[in-house]
Amino acid sequence: MGGGRVRIGIIIFPGSNCDRDALYAVERIDAEPVELWHADADLKGSDAVIVPGGFSYGDYLRPGAIARFANVMAPLEDFARSGGPILGVCNGFQVLTEAHHLPGALLRNTDMRFVCRRVRVRVETAETPWTSQCESGEELTLPVAHNEGNYFADPETLEQIEAEDRVVLRYVENPNGSANDIAGVCNEGRNVVGIMPHPERVSDPVLGSDTGMRILRSVLVEARV
Amino acid sequence: MSLQETYTALGLSDFEYDRILELLGRAPNYLELSLFSVMWSEHCGYKNSRPLLRRFPNSGPRVLQGPGENAGVVEVGEGWALAFKVESHNHPSAVEPYEGAATGVGGIIRDILAMGARPVALLDSLRFGPLDEEQNRYLFREVVRGIGGYGNAVGVPTVGGEVEFASSYSGNPLVNAMCIGLMRTEDLVRSRATGEGNLVVLLGSKTGRDGIHGATFASDKLSEESESKRSNVQVGDPFAEKMLIECCLTLLEEDLLVSLQDLGAAGITSSASEMAAKGGVGIEIETDRVPLRESGMEPYEVVISESQERMLAVVEPDKAKGVLDAAERYGLVSAVVGRVAGHSELRVQSGGETVGSIPAEHLADAPVYERDLVRPSYLDEVQEFDLTDIPQPEDYNETLLRMLAHPNLCSRRTIFEQYDHQVGADTVVLPGADAAVMRIKGTKLGYAMTTDGRGRHCFLDPRGGGGATVAEAYRNLSCLGAKPVALTNCLNFGSPEKQEGYYQLAECIEGMAEASEALGTPVVSGNVSLYNETEAGAVYPTPVVGMVGILEDVSRHASPGFKRGGDVVVVLGGAPADRSSLAGSDYLYIVHGEVAGRPPRPNLAAEKETSDLVRDMIQSGLVDTAHDLSGGGKAVALAEMALAGGIGFEYEDYEIARIINTKSTVKILFGEQGARFLVAVPAERWDDLQNALGGMPYNRVGSTGGDRFKIGDLVHLKLSELRKVYERDLFGAPGGAEVIH
Repeated sequence: MGGGRVRIGIIIFPGSNCDRDALYAVERIDAEPVELWHADADLKGSDAVIVPGGFSYGDYLRPGAIARFANVMAPLEDFARSGGPILGVCNGFQVLTEAHHLPGALLRNTDMRFVCRRVRVRVETAETPWTSQCESGEELTLPVAHNEGNYFADPETLEQIEAEDRVVLRYVENPNGSANDIAGVCNEGRNVVGIMPHPERVSDPVLGSDTGMRILRSVLVEARV
Repeated sequence: MSLQETYTALGLSDFEYDRILELLGRAPNYLELSLFSVMWSEHCGYKNSRPLLRRFPNSGPRVLQGPGENAGVVEVGEGWALAFKVESHNHPSAVEPYEGAATGVGGIIRDILAMGARPVALLDSLRFGPLDEEQNRYLFREVVRGIGGYGNAVGVPTVGGEVEFASSYSGNPLVNAMCIGLMRTEDLVRSRATGEGNLVVLLGSKTGRDGIHGATFASDKLSEESESKRSNVQVGDPFAEKMLIECCLTLLEEDLLVSLQDLGAAGITSSASEMAAKGGVGIEIETDRVPLRESGMEPYEVVISESQERMLAVVEPDKAKGVLDAAERYGLVSAVVGRVAGHSELRVQSGGETVGSIPAEHLADAPVYERDLVRPSYLDEVQEFDLTDIPQPEDYNETLLRMLAHPNLCSRRTIFEQYDHQVGADTVVLPGADAAVMRIKGTKLGYAMTTDGRGRHCFLDPRGGGGATVAEAYRNLSCLGAKPVALTNCLNFGSPEKQEGYYQLAECIEGMAEASEALGTPVVSGNVSLYNETEAGAVYPTPVVGMVGILEDVSRHASPGFKRGGDVVVVLGGAPADRSSLAGSDYLYIVHGEVAGRPPRPNLAAEKETSDLVRDMIQSGLVDTAHDLSGGGKAVALAEMALAGGIGFEYEDYEIARIINTKSTVKILFGEQGARFLVAVPAERWDDLQNALGGMPYNRVGSTGGDRFKIGDLVHLKLSELRKVYERDLFGAPGGAEVIH
């Protein structure tokens, strides 16, 4: 690491709209934010990568479906395979499921409405680079804002990820109809995490909460190892 | 079609056609006539409202840009400025609610972008007919979906707004969108075209046939025929808009533009002629160079198309490549479509020939109509309504529940949860309070914003209502702790060609102007939407005020919800409580189905004094709980504070005695008047509060705590009972029918 700040790459797709918020939050944890343009197949030496929320490619076809073909996704795949910490938030979670880095899919919310609300979620596992500074079983209040946050996977997959302790966040009050109240999952290697809540939006006490920093700070510890 | 039929179909009168002949000294061709038609529509030309609008004060120490540009701009401090404006999209939303509302949001965002500001917040002021009619439910549902569908995707948080239901809006909903943009003061750009030989670049989406004659459509009353004008409504693409925002901000940052203008009503025509007229130059547009979405478009269609997500920029020739390259990086279509010329005409060229040429100043100079003010007779009738006949409620529990369940007073949660109100990570006070508060990153500064309209009040007393609308916005910002600095407005009225409509317009403007002067909140931008009429008549005269305020320390703000048990709750300001009135009140409307009486005229000096005091108490850290005492009166306002905080409330015993021993119990609990607030402080700070109040009249009404809402023997309800009716789903089945007249 050379003693410098941890470099956290933030991918910017056309239509990403939480990229600037992620850049800000990364600054707040005293890491170095690195802008990663979708058209460039280059992670610029990032120690960790955030795939931010928004409406990549206008959510055309379905959320995340087009983003998975962006140039930046090839080095991201290598990074994932080599165990690099990746966090997909909201649309980023959708992108990571479309790219098969994560199991399952995100469907329309069951009440067919967009939902923007602060919700309580339970941290189900601290054994990911993005939750290592949380306690398993602790509850966090985090904002969600999505139209397609209804987590779906076939029964075998659900059984498997539950058995392997790969549910990262679980809703205390389910806002969207997600299977098993799942708000976030990780891959088999546990380095790739996708969550619907937006930690970067609760990154400052003046916003009423900086709970999200718990999640983002976790990766500092992990990336330095 | 005869000549007369042609220009009449384009919305021009005989008088206006003669004026065109006089100005040009020749007969216009069809393209030229189309240009006049759109530029002289009320929407673009303000021909009925311009003399009245001069009444508004529009300068002040913080004003960097007043009316006349795409948006007003005020200085915040530390080099920051805010651009803001509100605009209507009423007619498009009436015939195609999803796209009408969505493109309304898109349009106002581009107005802010054109000033060089990053759009950072949206608010929406909405009015519909009662929800027991299927058509109104449909319009309401789709407008909210359209606002969310566009705003959420484009990444600008929708942080506030208002919704009201009344039968006068059936078939003619009001959909007003406000946008606020944040910028450095030195980045302010204007839309003036300069520099002969500079190039005109069109950026954004391709041009299609959508929205041809949309501005003319918006300046006509709604009828069954309007359905057939559905194709006049444009279709929005928030993804393209998001790219356009990022692209334009990059171009401005790299200093590649001379000037910038959005394309809204009347498309290229409006933008180019305004840019030319302001700069005293000419602009030549070659329609062959405009990237088109469909084939076979006539030159006149190209120049008046209202295709969305487009901007027009003036660029120095050696910077054109940089502009086009940046557009490509953002996946946008762009093209050099014209040039700035030494003459002062808007000249349209096609196939190497000039197909139309008109002095830009003539297009920007619509004829002005001034009319006589005649007081409509309905005013005497409604104002003389005898309020003494209104019976007292038999059951105050039931009455309060009925009030809180009404769509005009119940929680807006099921609306604002469909809007992303937190993207940007700047929203300090979330929707549901009297106003929204945002911070400016890297500073202690914050700003607050609100939209307010009082249609029923303006209908009953246009001048008083106009003033009360401004005062309400002033109070809403003040009770969050913000210092109001300026306002924008959207004037939604019926036909100015009718005496009643013109009188309402003129009188509301007069009342608003008086209040703006007295409160020190100049009008820096605005929009006029006239002809809001259906066969059933005009809407209530509904000027909507969008006001912006500043917080020197954003962490020092208040919100309405009770914070602690044991707080003392005080009504602050106003004369003795029994001066409040049921005239024009929510109580009279909701419980008795009456829109009548003459509401108290706003006392502007008292409005300023009480608001300024509440703000001082918040900024000094004494008060963190404050609420404007407005619609629904004291009982409703107290219940709102209890519900927002999840903490109960109980009236003081001596207050109960006072209320019970008078005939005006209902007036005290549900009556309305301006210049009043509710504040709560911990009991141990009661002495500090009294000291801070000075000579301000106040009334200690009760204390917080528990899980009940109690007013002596009159009201005794669990908070959960209140919450059940208050938190109703506004989009649910019309089960609310039992509480709606």
